[in-house]
Amino acid sequence: MSNTLLEVKNLKKYFKTTKGMLHAVDDISFTINRGETLGLVGESGCGKSTTGRVVLRLLESTAGEVLFGGADVLAFNKKELRRFRENAQIVFQDPFASLNPRMTVAEIIGEPLVINKKTSNRADLYKRVIKLMDTVGLASRFENSYPHELDGGRRQRIGIARALALNPSFIVQDEPVSALDVSIQAQILNLMDELQKEFKLTYLFISHDLGVIKHVSKNIAVMYLGKIVEMSDYSSIFKNPLHPYTKALLSAIPIPRVDKKRERIILEGDVPNPIEPPPGCRFYGRCFCRKDICKDTDPELKQVSETRFVACHVAT
Amino acid sequence: MGDVTVNVNNESKKKRSQLHDVWRRFRKSPIAMTGLCVVVFMVLVALFADVIAPSDGRNPGYDIHNLGNRFQAPNAEHIMGTDEFGRDIFARVVHGSRVSLLVGFIVVTFSMTLGVIVGAIAGFFGKVAENILMRFIDVLLSIPPILLAISIAAAMRPGMMSIVLAVGIGALPLYARVMRASVLTVKEQEFIEAAYSIGASKFRIIRKHVLPNCIAPIIVQATMGLAYAILWAAALSFLGIGIQPPTPEWGAMLSEGRMYIRDHWHMVMFPGMAIAIMIFALNMMGDGLRDAFDPRLKK
Amino acid sequence: MSDILLKIEDLTVHYITDDGTVHAVNDLNLSLNKGETLGLVGETGAGKTTTALSIMGLVPNPPGKVINGEVEFEGEKLFEKSEAELRQVRGNKISMIFQDPMTSLNPIMTVRDQIAEVVLLHENLTAKEAKEKADEMLLKVGIRADRAKEFPHQFSGGMRQRVVIAIALACNPVLLIADEPTTALDVTIQAQVLELMKELKKEFNTAMVMITHDLGIVAEICDNVAIMYAGSVVEQAGKEELFTNPKHPYTIGLFNSIPDIDSDDSVLKPIKGLMPDPTNLPTGCPFHPRCDLAMPQCSEILPKRTEISENHYVKCLLFDGGG
Repeated sequence: MSNTLLEVKNLKKYFKTTKGMLHAVDDISFTINRGETLGLVGESGCGKSTTGRVVLRLLESTAGEVLFGGADVLAFNKKELRRFRENAQIVFQDPFASLNPRMTVAEIIGEPLVINKKTSNRADLYKRVIKLMDTVGLASRFENSYPHELDGGRRQRIGIARALALNPSFIVQDEPVSALDVSIQAQILNLMDELQKEFKLTYLFISHDLGVIKHVSKNIAVMYLGKIVEMSDYSSIFKNPLHPYTKALLSAIPIPRVDKKRERIILEGDVPNPIEPPPGCRFYGRCFCRKDICKDTDPELKQVSETRFVACHVAT
Repeated sequence: MGDVTVNVNNESKKKRSQLHDVWRRFRKSPIAMTGLCVVVFMVLVALFADVIAPSDGRNPGYDIHNLGNRFQAPNAEHIMGTDEFGRDIFARVVHGSRVSLLVGFIVVTFSMTLGVIVGAIAGFFGKVAENILMRFIDVLLSIPPILLAISIAAAMRPGMMSIVLAVGIGALPLYARVMRASVLTVKEQEFIEAAYSIGASKFRIIRKHVLPNCIAPIIVQATMGLAYAILWAAALSFLGIGIQPPTPEWGAMLSEGRMYIRDHWHMVMFPGMAIAIMIFALNMMGDGLRDAFDPRLKK
Repeated sequence: MSDILLKIEDLTVHYITDDGTVHAVNDLNLSLNKGETLGLVGETGAGKTTTALSIMGLVPNPPGKVINGEVEFEGEKLFEKSEAELRQVRGNKISMIFQDPMTSLNPIMTVRDQIAEVVLLHENLTAKEAKEKADEMLLKVGIRADRAKEFPHQFSGGMRQRVVIAIALACNPVLLIADEPTTALDVTIQAQVLELMKELKKEFNTAMVMITHDLGIVAEICDNVAIMYAGSVVEQAGKEELFTNPKHPYTIGLFNSIPDIDSDDSVLKPIKGLMPDPTNLPTGCPFHPRCDLAMPQCSEILPKRTEISENHYVKCLLFDGGG
């Protein structure tokens, strides 16, 4: 059994818009090993959430390959897809929108078991729902509550319990803590850590918050406008970022410290429009160390050391 | 067993908590409560019409001609007076509520059922299905209801069926549009995606996740639609292409009284008031329901 | 004349709703000097925004009601002013920046007209002069003059927030209240906006209340920090002091909850439990059910505001000498 659980090769996802093709995900490749976490970080509109959804086939890809345990996810038929979804789950960003307001907590958590016929009778279902609630730290007295009666942290626990119900090996975490307050965020992050160890889970962890990403991930991929610009193990990317965008992103984070002053790189302008992007490096317009070559030639993601990849003509 | 719902404890407890919230908010609005009381009162009147105004030969009845009693102004015996055949107008108004409410309920059930199905399919599946269904709805909307009613009445016999068809078809687009709009909103919510991610089928998603979240606007629309149906049924009967005399129907009574309005105002006054109060009450109740279902709108 | 610009004393604001009385702000004390920036930090429901609205005299009534307390601005008591007098203060001497740049601008007015409107309301200028002033403000926040005639939807989120800042600063206010001004923005855009605010603050010498949940932003831009919990300020100190020597268990808990990108610590030490229900606050210190250092008397006695060192106030029985 190979150690690689998920392998994504040259994945593309374009959306048709009235103004032209929107390149949400444009030719990205990465792998995740069993039991590890890849953190996917980037600003809004960089395609990180789309990546998560295409990998789970909640969205159909435009081109590329997704191999899950060696099997081609994009070629699955209906039946195989259903089996795949028992193995690969997702936790959503918004604990308000991702739970059906007309269903009780127990109904929501039990639904995957019902749909996939994992249980034969009500008593067994009930037992398993209560066990799941216990696993994610939800008191069983909330079983008949509706989501709107609970706070954000508890709702997110419901979402996690639902994702765990089918015993998946892989979970896409789509900004699972960004809607939560810091003190609750820390509780949920710790819970995810524990669950990963207990159930040997593999995560694709999507976030815009580098602090969160660093906390949870072994490897980190930085996305900008549909491309992975840098990918590396977590410590080197923070100690020595190579790509100018990574540098700027790191320096832009306000750090809750007064003893350390870091140099600020303030980027010019806004993230450009992903509709029909011009050739050349996507970061060209905002880059502070651009060269002529960057304007016309799109840099490829090149391996610079055993664990590091960077897509830049200047930084290597 | 294909479909076990996770009905962990008892059904009644959980159903109550949501309706309870709506009811609590509804109760706080005096306007809505007034509307509700009037509507409940009207329904009771309709149910007990034979008790309130029996027609057993002894009392002046809604269907007993008594030409010696014609055109009496309101008095102690006939509190709303009598009509050109000497029938008691109070009794006819009371019995008329039966006809009006019945027509209203049938029309609403008919147009709501079809409208919800059409709207749900159009909203959920989109693309070709949506185009065909919604253009069909647009066609319906472009036919003036009176014209539709006259043609249906001409094709069939005037009566209950033609009213139900004419008014029902006229109201169907409203339900379809409300339904389509709310399905479109609900469909984009993350919990629908979550349902796909756990392997739910489209049918299950529509049934368990989409429809329950679209009910509120439809209920509000149905309340308003009841008023609409009663009003149109009265209008069509007034024009003579709906319920036919001697059945006591408010619109038809107005039509009969029209000829005598100069000397005998009471013949149009009371059925007219019955229609107005009923419509007014239903609309107040509908407004109250809308606010109760969606408290955010009011802030 | 003293340096104190804004002083809030024992402010208590309740919202009276059907589900009970929401204790939004309880016995809050704050003060702010001229030209100074105060970071008001707290989580959702801590009462930050209500505090800001009280300063502006904009607490919606009903359901909101100021139960007790005073807000003194430039030595004058704001609650004693008439609505007309308050309007003269709002937008002129005190202005506010809201969190969501998408909804705080009028979509059918050009950005220039929106800035000119504020200027016209408060300053004795002709329409032409107001427009010139508007263009000048746009330039100051880094928007090219040729974009002045555009509508808000033609701007990105970061640019819109710049317009909002231009409106807020147009009348040269003495106090600027910024309610989570960068929360809706991406990090790199947030960095731009914060940089701009820092520069403008220096240029206009405006005092600022920066409402935020992000201690990183506080470290970036503030002079003093007040930490809010359950409607009251539990700790207030100078920035250096608070970051190096936090005292209140809640403040310490907050710091421990933030994933630190500079250290390799991998376990977060979150605060246990949840924010209390503001309609039903715990007795005594509102933080005691979540506090690791809670003592038996914490559930009984409401701690007083104690100055433990110069300009460092804590509301906690651990430091409340008098008890």
